[in-house]
Amino acid sequence: MVKVYLWSGLRSLTDGKEAVDIEASNIREVLDGLQNAYPELKAPIAAGVSVAVDGKIISSDLTTSVSEESEIYLMQKLRGG
Amino acid sequence: MALDNAKSNGFKFVGTRPDRPDGVDKVTGRAKFGADMTAPGMLHGAILRSPHAHARINKIDTSAAEAMKGVKAVVTRKDFATDVHFESGLNGETWNVLENVMAGEKVLYDGHALAAVAATSALIARDAIKLVRVDYDLLDHVTDVDKAMEKDAPVIREGAADKSVPDGFHPNVVRYHESGHGDVDEGFSKADLVIEDSFKTEATHQGYIEPHACLGSLGNDGKGDLWCTTQGHWYAQKMCAALLNLETSQLRVTASEIGGGFGGKTTVFIEPVALALSRKANKPVKIVMSRSEVFRSTGPTSSTSMDVKIGMKKDGTITAASGVFRLQGGAFPGAPAEFTAMCAFAPYALENVRQIGYDVMANRPKQAAYRAPGSPMAAFAVESVIDDLCKALGLDPIEVRLKNASHKGTKASFGPRFEDIGLIETLEAAKAHDHYSTPLKDGQGRGISCGFWFNHGGETAVSLALSEDGTAQISVGTPDIGGSRASMALMAAEELGIPYEHIRCTIADTATLGYNEISHGSRVTYASGLATIKAAKDVVHKLCKRAAQKWDIPEDAVKWEDGCAVPSGANAGDFDPLPLHKITANMGATGGPIVGHFEATPEGAGVSFATHIVDAEVDHATGKTKIVRYTVVQDAGKAIHPTYVEGQYQGGAAQGIGWALNEEYIYGDDGRLQNAGFLDYRIPLASDLPMIDTVIVEVANPGHPYGVRGVGETSICPPLAAIANAVSAAAGIRMKQLPMSPPRIVAALKSLKDG
Repeated sequence: MVKVYLWSGLRSLTDGKEAVDIEASNIREVLDGLQNAYPELKAPIAAGVSVAVDGKIISSDLTTSVSEESEIYLMQKLRGG
Repeated sequence: MALDNAKSNGFKFVGTRPDRPDGVDKVTGRAKFGADMTAPGMLHGAILRSPHAHARINKIDTSAAEAMKGVKAVVTRKDFATDVHFESGLNGETWNVLENVMAGEKVLYDGHALAAVAATSALIARDAIKLVRVDYDLLDHVTDVDKAMEKDAPVIREGAADKSVPDGFHPNVVRYHESGHGDVDEGFSKADLVIEDSFKTEATHQGYIEPHACLGSLGNDGKGDLWCTTQGHWYAQKMCAALLNLETSQLRVTASEIGGGFGGKTTVFIEPVALALSRKANKPVKIVMSRSEVFRSTGPTSSTSMDVKIGMKKDGTITAASGVFRLQGGAFPGAPAEFTAMCAFAPYALENVRQIGYDVMANRPKQAAYRAPGSPMAAFAVESVIDDLCKALGLDPIEVRLKNASHKGTKASFGPRFEDIGLIETLEAAKAHDHYSTPLKDGQGRGISCGFWFNHGGETAVSLALSEDGTAQISVGTPDIGGSRASMALMAAEELGIPYEHIRCTIADTATLGYNEISHGSRVTYASGLATIKAAKDVVHKLCKRAAQKWDIPEDAVKWEDGCAVPSGANAGDFDPLPLHKITANMGATGGPIVGHFEATPEGAGVSFATHIVDAEVDHATGKTKIVRYTVVQDAGKAIHPTYVEGQYQGGAAQGIGWALNEEYIYGDDGRLQNAGFLDYRIPLASDLPMIDTVIVEVANPGHPYGVRGVGETSICPPLAAIANAVSAAAGIRMKQLPMSPPRIVAALKSLKDG
C-alpha cells in the first residue's frame, strides 16, 4: 500500500481524509485506485492533476513507479505562462 | 526520467554567448510574424465585440452585413461545433474556450466576440460588422473580485462551480483550494509578533508587442492550414479541430515568428474564427487584432484580494503563516488561485502553514497565464508582511529569509519535500552583492523579496538531421519565445562537437513532429533542450555505427570525441579520427540519411527560486516613483546561453516594475474597460527603467542532463513585493494595493499626514 496525500480542498470528496492508502506500484494505479475508492475524485482528476513522488512533480507520466517508501502528493496540474 | 551521461563541467559551447540566430532576420524585417503572411485570394476578417459587460443575446441579425458588397461570409456561434458541452470547473475547458471565442446565449464582458465577417478588404470587413444588429437584454454585472463573491452579486453562470467549493459560497466562486500542514493557531501562539494584513492587485496584461494575428484556410473537405502567432501550435491545432469538428491531423498549423507571449498566447482567440470564416467563404481569411481588441478580449492576468497572517519570534523564526487568496479570472473558471496559494509560502521552511485559494468569476475577459501565473501576487502579500515583521523586530530582511529558507529536504508549504534547490544560494549572493551594502540616499527605500515557481516539463518531440556537408538542422516544436533556438543549437553543438554556427534550429509545423506542448511553464530550454541532447546522442550513436562499419570493428569499439569518431581504446584498432562531415559526405551510400529523434514527456523540470533587491525614490508631492537600482539574483540550474538568461531576468523585472507601479485594468461603473490602449495603460518605457543588474546562480537540476532549470517565469515572482517594500520604505507607509500609481501614493501619504 502507498499513502497518497491529497490537497485539503479534496477532503469533502474523500470522507474528510487528507491521506488515502492505495494499492499501487505506479502513478496510473495511484490515480485509478483513488477514483475507485472515491468516485467523486474522478472530476478533479479529469480536470488535471500532477503527482509529486519524493519531491519530483510528475505532470503526465503514468508509468512512474511508486513504492511504500514513496512520499506521494496529489497536486493540481500546472498551467504555466 | 533516468538520466545517463549527465554533464556538469567541461563544456565547450554551453555557457558561451554567440550571436542570436534570429537577429539578422528581426533587424532587417525578414522575420515573418503573425500578420506578415498572405495568400492568393485572401479575405480579411473582423469581429463584432460586445459593448456590454453582461447581457443576454436575444437575436443577431446578420442580413445587412451579408448583403454588403465585398462581404463573403459572416459567422456566429452556430457556425462552430455543437457537440462541445458545458461542464463545471476546468472539466469544461473546451466549452469555456469556445464560449470565449464566440458568445452563445450571453455576452459576458466588454469585448466578448459574438459575430465575425470576412470581406475583400479589412476596411469593408470593419464596416460590415457595424451592420450586424444585436438585440440584447442588459444584465447586472460585476468586475471586482470581492464584490463578485458577495451574496447579492450577479451570477455569471450557474453550475460553473466544481465540487471542491464548500457549501455556502456564491455561484461565482467556482474552484477552491486548501493545503498546508501543522497547526497554525498553535504556531501563532508561539510568536513574539503576529502581523495580519490585506492586499489587492489589479489585472495586468501581458503586453506583448505583437497583437494576435493569423491566416486560416479551411475547405469543406475538412482539410486546412493555419498560420498564427502562438506559444503552442499543437494546442491551437487540437483546440481549433475541437471547436470546428475537424479531424486534428487534417489541420496543419505553422507558428509564425512571435512578438512576445508571456503566457498570453497559450490559447486561441481569433484562430477558430478565421477558419470558420474560411470554411464558409472557401477562401483564406486573415484576422489581425487591434491593440484595443488585445486589451479588451485577450487574457490579462487575474486581479486579486488577499489576506496574509504571519507570526515571528524575536530572532526571526517564522512560527506560522496563513493566507487567503481570492483571484478573479474573468467570466470563466481558471484563475490560478491554487498556484497563488501553493507558491505563497514556498520559499520558507514552515512547521505550521495553511493556504486557501478561491477561483472567482466576474464580467471580465477570460484570464490567461502570465509568467508564473498567480505567484507574483502571492509574493507581494507575503513578502510585504515579512518586511513589516523585520522592521518591527529590527531584523535584517535577508538574514530573516536565510533563517527560514527552504532547502533540500524541506517539506514544502504545498506538501512534498524539495529536491535540490537554490534559494539559499540566491540569498547569499544577494547579501554579498555590492547593491545590498551600498548606503541609500536620503528619501530612498530598499526592498527585498524572494519568489518561487514550479516550472514544467511536458510532451516534447525533437528531430535532428545531418546534411551531407556536415552541418545539422534541428526541428523543435516549441515556439521560440525566449531565445530557445540559440540554446538548442548550443546543446546540439556540445553533443555533436561541431560549431554552433553550423546548426540551424527551426520551429517545425504540426505535420512534422509529434505533439509538443505549449511553450509555457518555463519548459522550453529544459524539455526541448533535453530532447535535443537526446536526439543528438541518437545521431552520435548512428555516426559511430557508420565509423564502425567503415573500420570493420564492433560498434561499441567506437566513441565520439570533439566532432569525430575515434576508436574507443588501443584494442579497438589504430584509425585516424573520422570527422562528422566525412561520415555524412557519404551517408547516402552507407545506410541512408542520418537523423536523430527523441520523443518523451520529461518530468524533472526542477523548481526555481529568486531573490531581488530594489531601491526606489518617491516624490512626495506628485506620488511619482522612480526605481533607481535593481538587482536580480536567480537560480538557473545551468545557463546555456547566459545572455538570454540575463534577458529573462531583466524582462521579468521590467514587467514587474510596470505591474507594481502603473499597469492596471480600469473599469467604469458601466463595466467597460476604460484604458484599452498603450496611451492609457502605461507599461514601462526604457526611460523608466534603471540598468537591471543580474546574478546567475547555478544549482544544477538533477532532472536535466546539463542541470538546466527554466528561468522564464520565476523572474517575475519577486518584483511586485520587492518594489512594494522599497516604495513603502521610501514613502514611509505600507502600500497594500497595486499598482502603486501616483494617485494611490498621494492618497496614502495624505492618509498618513491626516493620521
